[in-house]
Amino acid sequence: MHKLTIAELIQGLRNKDFSSVELTRHYLDRINRLDASYNSYVTVTEEIALQQAAAADARLAAGDAPALCGVPIAHKDIFCTEGVRTSCGSKMLDNFVPPYNATIVENYLRDGAVMLGKVNMDEFAMGSSNETSYYGPVKNPWDTNCVPGGSSGGSAAAVAAHLAPGATASDTGGSIRQPASLCGLTGIKPTYGRVSRWGMIAFASSLDQAGVLTRTAEDAAIMLNSMTSFDDKDSTCVDEPLSDYTASLNEPLKGLRIGMPEQYFGEGLNPETSDRVHAAIAEFEKLGATVKSISLPHSALSVPAYYVIAPAECSANLSRFDGVRYGHRCDNPKDLEDLYKRSRGEGFGEEVKRRILVGTYALSAGYYDAYYRKAQQVRRLIKQDFVDAFAEVDVVMGPTATSPAFAFGSKGDDPVAMYLEDIYTIATNLAGLPGLSIPCGLVDNKPVGLQIIGNYFSEAKLLNVAHQFQQVTDFHQLTAPGIE
Amino acid sequence: MQWETVIGLEVHVQLATKTKIFSGASTAFGAAPNTQACAIDLAMPGTLPVPNGEAFRFAVMFGLAIDAEIGTRSMFERKNYFYPDLPKGYQTTQLEAPIVGAGHVEIQLADGSSKSIRIHHAHLEEDAGKSLHEDFHGMSGIDLNRAGTPLIEIVSEPDMRNAEEAVAFARKLHSIVTSLGICDGDMSQGSMRFDVNISVRPKGQEEFGTRTETKNLNSFKFMEDAIKLEVERQIDLIEDGGKVIQETRLYNGDTRTARSMRSKEEANDYRYFPCPDLLPVIIDEDYIEAIRQDLPELPDARQHRFAKEYGLSEYDAGLIAADAATAHFFEECAKACGDAKLSANWIMGDLAAKLNAAELTIQQSPVSGALLAGLIARIKDNTISNKIAKQVFEAMFNGEGDADAIIEAKGLKQMSDTGELEKIIDEVIAANPAMVEDWLSSEEDKRKKKMGGFMGPIMKATKGQANPGMANQLLEKKLREKL
Repeated sequence: MHKLTIAELIQGLRNKDFSSVELTRHYLDRINRLDASYNSYVTVTEEIALQQAAAADARLAAGDAPALCGVPIAHKDIFCTEGVRTSCGSKMLDNFVPPYNATIVENYLRDGAVMLGKVNMDEFAMGSSNETSYYGPVKNPWDTNCVPGGSSGGSAAAVAAHLAPGATASDTGGSIRQPASLCGLTGIKPTYGRVSRWGMIAFASSLDQAGVLTRTAEDAAIMLNSMTSFDDKDSTCVDEPLSDYTASLNEPLKGLRIGMPEQYFGEGLNPETSDRVHAAIAEFEKLGATVKSISLPHSALSVPAYYVIAPAECSANLSRFDGVRYGHRCDNPKDLEDLYKRSRGEGFGEEVKRRILVGTYALSAGYYDAYYRKAQQVRRLIKQDFVDAFAEVDVVMGPTATSPAFAFGSKGDDPVAMYLEDIYTIATNLAGLPGLSIPCGLVDNKPVGLQIIGNYFSEAKLLNVAHQFQQVTDFHQLTAPGIE
Repeated sequence: MQWETVIGLEVHVQLATKTKIFSGASTAFGAAPNTQACAIDLAMPGTLPVPNGEAFRFAVMFGLAIDAEIGTRSMFERKNYFYPDLPKGYQTTQLEAPIVGAGHVEIQLADGSSKSIRIHHAHLEEDAGKSLHEDFHGMSGIDLNRAGTPLIEIVSEPDMRNAEEAVAFARKLHSIVTSLGICDGDMSQGSMRFDVNISVRPKGQEEFGTRTETKNLNSFKFMEDAIKLEVERQIDLIEDGGKVIQETRLYNGDTRTARSMRSKEEANDYRYFPCPDLLPVIIDEDYIEAIRQDLPELPDARQHRFAKEYGLSEYDAGLIAADAATAHFFEECAKACGDAKLSANWIMGDLAAKLNAAELTIQQSPVSGALLAGLIARIKDNTISNKIAKQVFEAMFNGEGDADAIIEAKGLKQMSDTGELEKIIDEVIAANPAMVEDWLSSEEDKRKKKMGGFMGPIMKATKGQANPGMANQLLEKKLREKL
């Protein structure tokens, strides 16, 4: 059963090939037996999953159940789940049990999806390797000496190891697409404002966006259909008409205009990764697409701009973790300052502290104009680059990451090397655009991804483009070695 | 040396919205601690703010009332600092694009002159919770019921030159926001709080002196005292060769002293930046125009109307019109009894004194406008004298019924029966031969005054119920008969 895609599971449940309870038990059994090798789950919610599965079976039997009804999924531990510990990968929230659900969690409950558990992540989504989690690193199922990418490394590893058919994830600078690339999955980050941020623990509010990690574009379309809704609890959520993302999957790509940014194929890109990406784009030409080289002139500024804006926002967003109302509190504080210093000092890991410090510095009196204001100006230029590009092309394609998965600890001492990991993904977050990564081959027996960036609210087009590619290629069907 | 004081005010006004500025929790005062704080107010992880439209409407009303430009694209910033009663670790406020731009407020001074005080801007922000430092055995308690209550912070230009002007300005703001109905004006519950920036400079010097800020004054009286105290302190300091340092000060109304809270060096770097959870708020002209059309009567307009419509002096009209509730009370009373002047006198005199002593607002007055009108009607138709009226008012204030019932029950009707009154006057004349002799031997122009001596005994004999005019007339007639 775990070999089946979500689309196939939906069919199987309706054909009564298996029940949701059987399916859920099967996945729980796999998680219990196999996840010790990957560390993808932080919390397995066995009891809840079986209750939800039984309820889903009843709905399926009654007919008229929503598509995802009875399908098990995993939630990134950044999404608040009522009554279930939501740690955000941090010691700070090791004891935090939210009394409410994130809107996207609520949407999946509404549609009868079954929650297998909460999956691992970089602490507060800050990292590109899943090495910053308080619950230990997640291992890449393709090579357990390598990182799965981050911050949604638990989501990616769980799906790649077939410990969940699909998982929710979030992307602030590449946290869905880079793990998708490193684990051989399909991952989509929708347009900023498409998915509600209510109940998703904030890292950088103007960049954070929830999305999904699945094995196929079709599965991503199905999962995204449930995830998206207009939510008046999030002021930045956009009231755009909702699409059925599965409806346009089969549209032909003839005449599709693809832009290849010259800046995405320069120095720093692994030559073999570059080859796979070029080969994938050539495949689209066979499908009738036209390809042209374009320029995104401010690309080089995206990493520096991001590493001012994201830390600045996080420095304020993480101030609420003060040991006063919830989360980690130090033992026997002697006064208020001691309470703050020790609770935060003990509760946060190194990378989180580094970013809080960077952000605090960037916003300080006398530095604001030089850093934060300047970064926002750069952000507008980056956005304009894409606006100009989309006047000429329908989608932008390039590599998702510079290279396949790297070994644990190989970038651990050099934060800047780690930050450059997101060099191709960050610009879409700064511009608020949707981006998707699909597997396009192996390098050293490890997957690499093709990134496809679309115009605002063009998720249906991105999924259509990805799905058509997956109709003529089988990279998405490759399974990590050792997966039963 | 002659010194000049320069004062600017920052005024926090709690808006009377039903719910908080960024959450659906109630803003009602007085609930058990932390019962009116939802997940957003507690800054639980993953929660997000959603602006309350009513708070914007109230802020626009204020802007229109002070003739200010309305910010058609206003933005929120985060002001970062750590304190336990600030759950998010930042206050959501406005800095670069506030909702209300520059405006002005006219104040009247006791010498009859008036002055225009410029408003720099007014912005929307959220209130913090409360830290309670007593009764927690060496710890502090946190009550987050107030956290997220909408405020407008009104920032004046340094246009005031003494405590009287500052208090007049503060009172005028109170009058405006209560007239608009956007604030309950209850200062004892912190609905309006004043931060006063004070500096002094040699008279004639253009450059400002170094200022201090005295924070969180919550009564006009405290404000007046705190200003006088601080001005005196600064002048003494400079005259003794010292220097004023920029600092934040706290005034204690009980001990009537102030102390330094923190100096400029210890001040927080608030690291303001635009709040990424909130989009710019766009306010269009139609919305502003609709609010302008519905704007309630403002104190200045009401003052002029009272002067014109009710024949009050501008001064009396100003006093009555300043407070919306008092103005309403006055109109109810004046219309019912038909005597605006008497109504105004009673409201500003006896009623104000009684309310003040009982620490009640006019809304809480046990004597309503209609009840007071009933009393005034009995004065006008000579049923009771002014003196007796005070006695009736006292009883009304104590809840003993309306004027007619009290007059009836206590037998306070004025004695207007000539026969009975004549009898009493005859007795008084007979009992005071020396006074009669004195009157008869006086110069004509002194006689009128000397008649006053008889009134005491007459009133005493009639238990104060003699109609004074009638008694006077009869007495004069009887005395003249003896000439």
